[in-house]
Amino acid sequence: MATEKKNISEEKEAKKKEMILFLSNSEEKEHFLSKGNRKLLSDPLDDNNPITVQVLGICSALAITVQLEPAVVMAIAVVAVMAFSNMIVSMLRNMIPSRIRIIVQLVVVASLVVLVDQVLKAYAYDVSKQLSVFIGLIITNCIVMGRLEAFALGNGVYKSFLDGVGNAAGYGLILVIVAFFRELLGSGKLFGFEVLGHKAATLADSTGLYALGYENNGLMLLSPMALIVVGLLIWVQRARNRKLIEEN
Amino acid sequence: MELINLFVRSIFIENMIFAYFLGMCSYLAVSKTVKTAVGLGAAVIFVLSITVPINYLLDNYLLRPGALQWLGAEYADVDLSFLSFIMFIAVIASMVQLVEMIVEKFAPALYGALGIFLPLIAVNCAILGGSLFMQQKDFGAITEALTYGFGSGIGWFLAILGIAAIREKIAYSNVPAPLKGLGITFIITGLMALGFMSFMGIKL
Repeated sequence: MATEKKNISEEKEAKKKEMILFLSNSEEKEHFLSKGNRKLLSDPLDDNNPITVQVLGICSALAITVQLEPAVVMAIAVVAVMAFSNMIVSMLRNMIPSRIRIIVQLVVVASLVVLVDQVLKAYAYDVSKQLSVFIGLIITNCIVMGRLEAFALGNGVYKSFLDGVGNAAGYGLILVIVAFFRELLGSGKLFGFEVLGHKAATLADSTGLYALGYENNGLMLLSPMALIVVGLLIWVQRARNRKLIEEN
Repeated sequence: MELINLFVRSIFIENMIFAYFLGMCSYLAVSKTVKTAVGLGAAVIFVLSITVPINYLLDNYLLRPGALQWLGAEYADVDLSFLSFIMFIAVIASMVQLVEMIVEKFAPALYGALGIFLPLIAVNCAILGGSLFMQQKDFGAITEALTYGFGSGIGWFLAILGIAAIREKIAYSNVPAPLKGLGITFIITGLMALGFMSFMGIKL
């Protein structure tokens, strides 16, 4: 009797394990936020950043970093698209014939981007107008395709999801940093609030820093400055983290 | 005259790389030597001047609100524009495949030169960007779309040619170690973009 009960509980345990295996689809049972999984999330933020180290996904990014708000919206959109496209492609990875995998991946990503675009048009119309074609360009964002090819095709569903979130967050981090400096120095605002004081027509009417004669740097609003800010960011990052320095 | 104006605008003022940062990934990855840069640039010109006019036809006769009117009056208020991302990328992916096969069959020498770059182009943002800007600009005729596609291709070509030539030379300069490679390339591109801004306001 006792052994039977034990058998049943063992069976249950085995089934549970199978379920977890099915969900995570990895060889060994792993805790949901084990060290390896946490590394998947944190690595792309610094050591393996998609923009500054892997050099992927710059395409659709920099033109929308004049202000913080569109940059944050773009970062959220990319997180959503990458996490779910990684997940879906990882689910399908044993069914996709390798010769047509690029087209399958493009279709998955494009459908998700259409969803994001429609949601933005419905709930954040102004930002969606500001982002114009750049939401559509997430489809050909190299970082999405790059992670699908390099990670999702060879790893389990849950890990792929984490990898998607991590890489998109690393990408969004750079976007937000660049947008922060460009909006602060270029127009003296953050999210549209005048953090450096109000600039009026005459010096006497101005408040904050502007009363001392401070002027906005209009150069930061021009698109070339996005490239230069990223170049400087790379400089700072590599000076801190010397193992990333290139040979030439 | 209108067409020449559009052509010059799309090369210099609305340059794909310097004004919109489109196609930056391949721009940074393939610009180490002038030879490969020319190959990729030529492939981009080629594909852009084919896909932009095709997507223009698709947009005007299938996707935009009222485009299906040629089927009959009851289709006049059908709006399929939410499908444009999927349609455009499908056209681009299949055109790239088709162009690759045709070039391989009829011009093996050109295939040898473009070879590996053609498949890369399907996921080049500049190509999809060209089609999306075409949709936004609302061109009146297919010749305008063709001119725009060809012109943006040439603009992209000029940009990658310039950066590749500079990178070949800068290999001999003493750049601070953390800036080497990627960092200095970004900053040079930014300075080149500032230079291209001087074309702004030119009107023919």
